[in-house]
Order: sequence, then structure tokens, then C-alpha cells
Amino acid sequence: MPFGNTHNNFKLNYKVEDEYPDLSKHNNHMAKVLTKEMYGKIRDRQTPSGYTVDDVIQTGIDNPGHPFIMTVGCVAGDEESYEVFKELLDPVISDRHNGYKPTDKHKTDLNFENLKGGDDLDPNYVLSSRVRTGRSIKGFTLPPHNSRGERRAIEKLSVEALTSLDGEFKGKYYPLKSMTDAEQEQLINDHFLFDKPVSPLLTCAGMARDWPDGRGIMHNDNKTFLVWVNEEDHLRVISMQQGGNMREVFKRFCVGLQKIEEIFKKHNHGFMWNEHLGYILTCPSNLGTGLRGGVHVKLPKLSTHAKFDEILTRLRLQKRGTGGVDTASVGGVFDISNADRLGSSEVAQVQLVVDGVKLMVEMEKKLEKGEAIDSMIPAQK
Amino acid sequence: MSDNIENIELLGTIGIFVSTPDSNSPQIRQQGSAMPFGNTHNKAKMNYDSDQEYPDLSKHNNHMAKILTPAMYERLRSKETPSGFTLDDIIQTGIDNPGHPFIMTVGCVAGDEETYEVFKELLDPVIEDRHGGYKPSDKHKTDIDPANLKGGDDLDPDYVLSSRVRTGRSVRGFCLPPHCSRGERRAVEKLSIEALASLTGDLNGKYYALKNMTDAEQQQLIDDHFLFDKPVSPLLLASGMGRDWPDARGIWHNDNKTFLVWVNEEDHLRVISMQKGGNMKEVFNRFCTGLTKIETLFKERNHAFMWNEHLGYVLTCPSNLGTGLRAGVHVKLPNMSKNAKFEDVLKKLRLQKRGTGGVDTAAVGGVFDISNADRLGFSEVELVQMVVDGVKLLVDMEKKLEKGQSIDDIMPAQK
Repeated sequence: MPFGNTHNNFKLNYKVEDEYPDLSKHNNHMAKVLTKEMYGKIRDRQTPSGYTVDDVIQTGIDNPGHPFIMTVGCVAGDEESYEVFKELLDPVISDRHNGYKPTDKHKTDLNFENLKGGDDLDPNYVLSSRVRTGRSIKGFTLPPHNSRGERRAIEKLSVEALTSLDGEFKGKYYPLKSMTDAEQEQLINDHFLFDKPVSPLLTCAGMARDWPDGRGIMHNDNKTFLVWVNEEDHLRVISMQQGGNMREVFKRFCVGLQKIEEIFKKHNHGFMWNEHLGYILTCPSNLGTGLRGGVHVKLPKLSTHAKFDEILTRLRLQKRGTGGVDTASVGGVFDISNADRLGSSEVAQVQLVVDGVKLMVEMEKKLEKGEAIDSMIPAQK
Repeated sequence: MSDNIENIELLGTIGIFVSTPDSNSPQIRQQGSAMPFGNTHNKAKMNYDSDQEYPDLSKHNNHMAKILTPAMYERLRSKETPSGFTLDDIIQTGIDNPGHPFIMTVGCVAGDEETYEVFKELLDPVIEDRHGGYKPSDKHKTDIDPANLKGGDDLDPDYVLSSRVRTGRSVRGFCLPPHCSRGERRAVEKLSIEALASLTGDLNGKYYALKNMTDAEQQQLIDDHFLFDKPVSPLLLASGMGRDWPDARGIWHNDNKTFLVWVNEEDHLRVISMQKGGNMKEVFNRFCTGLTKIETLFKERNHAFMWNEHLGYVLTCPSNLGTGLRAGVHVKLPNMSKNAKFEDVLKKLRLQKRGTGGVDTAAVGGVFDISNADRLGFSEVELVQMVVDGVKLLVDMEKKLEKGQSIDDIMPAQK
């Protein structure tokens, strides 16, 4: 769990080749992009808050590769990281986000009425539906780098904003440090709470410092709308429910998110956003919409089919285990979600999930009956 | 004594702003020839007052948490050592590890030799608390003459399964493992390889870089208790010692596997002498001889070990200051360990128990790792003597309990 150690003043006494990390066994976006020459060029820079390239890349050095997912291997410490280290981050972004160029513009669309269908995914297969995104609050550094004072200020602001919500969003804030072990365990089992930081992807980037100080969860009384405070991003906003009515989940998501955004703006703390990168988040993989819309779906047959991964690629979908980003699937139940974040809007991404999951459930049903699915294989979206 | 200790109090930021053509892009601070580059790593934190930044230590039980008051935090938070190590760097491990079930942890680490001077206000009381009341004015005695050890060659091998002595050494001129850069770490490795390659006789050996070791070799060395773990202990990880693993880490050992040196784990060097059975005298002989040779080789290369007359050998963890020495045995004490007086006996003998997997593991099958509790304020010879005498007594007690006899009449006085 390195963090403050990357600010060693003596490292510039050593030549570039002595300081350049050994990435020979690595398989992540950072390792593919960061040449020795590039490292030499940017190693003496820092953002106004003091974030350095070694801070950006430490997680990628310490986590050479992941069995289930191609990791990014770098994180931002503040809004300016994306500018100060653009030599590194632009190619990483391009690599990760399908060739997205430094000159491209990103489109935001949180109008739920633009979604077609999505209210009829078969609940015998689709066990639950969920949409999440992240938001960063302007004026504070990000979780890999922020100080305790900043983190607490973010929490305070969030609590004020969130506890003023009403109607279906009315709820309560639970700071992690006051939660009982039992409450915490229940919330984890309900898939509501974020994990204690054990994932090395997070701990190596310094996001677990001072745990659980300044962290917490707000949820509405129905437990269908949740906000995580100070995990991997300042805020994670989540809408979820059992069953396959993604339309309802997305509507609640959009309405709730826009209410929250208004309140933060009123407090003079807008969200980090720009017209090139959309919403600015800690991990470059979450830029743009920061949106992951997904379902837990039973696909025991389809998942063992030779073409499963290809179908997912064509549908622009991604699979995970049901425990989250770096877990394995259990009992043929998969977490299926959109693969893209940047370069397409929220509505477009949820549409891909809705249409794609509908198709995969139909394929599963065919395979159950012993029928072939070759004619149903989709074109590349 | 380190010749460039300075108190650096930086009240503002230092750096050279490069103006950029586009007024919308943020200023990029570029490093000129001046050092250091900034007062604290996260510059924004100085915008918050001390109360807002002071950590929540309410559930904590370690030496740092007992000592670091809000007022002290306020006085120290803007300081840094010449290499840029700050108070928050020192204490992060103690914040992230509130307390340990088996051992009272220190909760702070040094990033360089100067840490102990720049942050003495915190570290002197931690040292005092940890090392039996050791005062800032006290002097530490070094004695690595094995002839001064009495006995130690006859611990009963039916009970004492193995004997081991280890210490650490820091190489002057480099930052310590929580803070060193890759370039520094690699330089320490290079220097170590050169020095160790010149050892001869029964100290003739070979260096194995961790990054080239096969998984099988590595597992064998771990099982033999020769190799250091991949960093999973949160005590080490939270202070940044796991960064860039396994780059520039390795182990050197002699052909007999009785003398080993770890490079770049929790300290620059860990030097270990060990063997099966209970002949601690032989282990300590080899330890002293080997260590003295290594020290000479490093001095010849103009990189002495960090040492001063107050703190003795300077190491990463304040708990290892002084001798840095942990001498111990793996010993079977299934009866003794269940006895109500076990803890008290250990305390009186100035000994400490651990599981056989290392500092934060549990005992397995009644076999304990028993070692000296002290590091600072006693010499190497004195500490090993305590282990030798103490373990001999514990084994006698175990034998008595086996026979159903009482141990009350052989209870020791406080050493």
C-alpha cells in the first residue's frame, strides 16, 4: 500500500534507467504504454497538489496482471492528473476506450425516457438489475491522494446533501466507523456495501488509507438507491433491485443523480466534468459516463459455450463474478454489464445491456432445449 | 553519527512553476536543481487545520496512538526530512493497523536516518515506551564478541527444534524501505551482491534475486524458514514496504544454508544465522563472525552502516533499534504454554513468544518461537544470554509439568 512514499526527493539523483520500473512481466494498460523515454520525460513533474507519475503508476507496478480483466494500472490523484500526465494517460485512455482520441468529445445523456424497453427481462434468469456511476467533487483531490481533512470535508458535504433528499430517495447515512459488524455484514451480503479494502488493485493505489475514517453509505428506506462515500471515488451512486426491470432501475438512477447534482451545485461544489473526458473519476476506465449498468443473470449453459466470450465482445458487454470486479462467478450466475464508459452516453450504454441481456437469455433457453444458437449470434455493435 | 541531519521546516511550497500557453491548463510544477520539491506530499492538506487532519486513533492500541496527541501532530505536520519523509508517512501504518492480537505494535516507521532526529518529539517517547524507559540521553552498548557468551551449546534438542539469531542493518546514504525509490533499492542490492560475493570458506555462498527465482525454489526456501514472505502482512504493506515487489529483493545464503542475508525486505539487510537443534552458541559464533566480515566489506565500499551511540544500529522499525537482534528458538512447550503462569514467566525472563510463521502468526502444535523481547539498551551478548538461560529454564519447566510436578519453586525473578 504505497502512497506517500512516491515523493522521495532523492530519486532524481538516479538515472532514468535506474528508476524506471521493471514491467517485463506485466499485462496492464500502463505497462503497455509507459516506455522508458516517456518515464524520463515526465518523472519530475507534479500536479499542483503534488501528485507524481510514480503515484499514478504504483498500482500498475504492484499488480502485474489480473486473471479476469485487463486492468488499467494507473490512477489519477486529482483532476489535473489527466492534464499534467497526458502523455501517459491519453494513450492509456485511447487503448482502454476503443481508440478515443485526445480531440474527441463525450456526450452525456441522463434522460431516462430515451431508453427503449428494458422492463421485461425474464426474472427466472435475471436475478437483479443495477446501475452505478461515480462522481468526483471539484476542489478536492481524489481517493488515492486525498488527506484525511479533505476526505472528511467530502463526507460532511455529502451527508448534508444526501440527507436532504425526499420522496423515494429519503434515507439515512451510515458512517462505516459507527456501523456494527453485523450491520456491515448484512449490507455486504445484500450487495449494498463496499468491501473492506482487500483488493490489491485498490490498496496499492493508496485508497485504503485511514480506513474507515470518512467512509460511509447512504441508502433510501427501500434500499433501492444507495450512495457510497469515499471508496474508490468520492461518490458512487447506485440504483438496484431484484428482478429484471432495468427500466425502473435506470429511471430511479437518473432522477436521483440529477437531484444530487443540483444540491452539490448549490453548495458551490460541482462535479468534475469536461467536454472531452466527461465525468472525471479516479480510474481512467471510468471516465465518460462512469456508468456500469448490469444484471446478475443465470447463464450456466451459455457461459460454457465456446462462443460466449465472443458474443459478449460483439454485444459490447463484460462479465464478472457476482462478488465484484475481481471475483469469479459462482454457480453459473454472472454479472453482465456494459464494457464501455467513454464515447457513448448513459442511455446508449444501458440500451446495450438491456438488448444484449435479452438476447443472451433467449440463447440460454435455446441451449436448455438442446437447440443451436448459431443463427442468433449478433453482429459487432 | 549522521553528518547531515537538518531540521527542515518548510512553510511554503518550493518549486518552479512553468507557465503554459493555454490558460485553461493547470500549472505544471517542474523540478529545477533545488531540492526538496515540496513540503508535504499532498499539498492541499495544509489548507486544513490540524484538527481536521489529525487521525482518528480512538480504537487504536499501538505505541504511536498512545503518544501522538493533536497538539504534537500540529507541531510536526509541516516538517519533513531532507528526502521528503513526513509525519503522515511515519504514522500511516499505525493508523491503518489499529492493533494486533498477538503483539503490541509500534505503529510508526522511519523513512531515512534523519527521521529519528527530525521527528524526535514523537519517536523519543515511542522509543522510551517500547524499550523499557530508554531515555533520550541514554547510550547504547554494542558487543558482538561471541566469546563473551556463557554456555548455550546444550539446549535439549528433544524440545528445542531450531535456533536462530537475526539482525538488521541499514546502509548509510540510502532511504529506508518505506521510502526508498527503485533506483535506491537497486543500488542497495548491487552493493550487497558485490560485498557478499567476496565471502569465503564456510561463508561461501550465492545470491538469488527474487524476481528470477522459480515458484518452486521460492516455496522451498519459505518452508525451510529461509526466505521472507511475499508481503501480505498489513503491518509491512501499510508502510509502503511492498512497493515494486519483487524488484531488487533477494536472498543470499551460504552453501550450508546456515547463514543468510535478506536484501531489501523490511530493512536494507537482514543477517541471519540458524540451524536445527539447540546449539545457540554455535549459531551466535557464526552470526558474529559473519556480520563482522560483512560490515568490513561495506565500509571498504564507503557505505558504512547507520549507527549512532544513542540509538545503536538505525533500522526501519523503532522496535529494532539498538542491536536489531532477535535471537530465538522453536521450542515445544505444549504443557508450559497452557500453564497460567506462562506469560508471567516470559515477562520475567524478558522473552517474547510468536507463532512459528513469524511476527504475526499463531503457534501451531504447541511449538513456539521464543526470543528476546529487548533490542535497545542491552548488548548483543546480553540478549542472547537471556535467551539461552531463559529457554533452558522453560524446558526444565516443561519437563516438570510433563511429570505432573509443580513449577512454583523454579519461578524466576524479574531480569
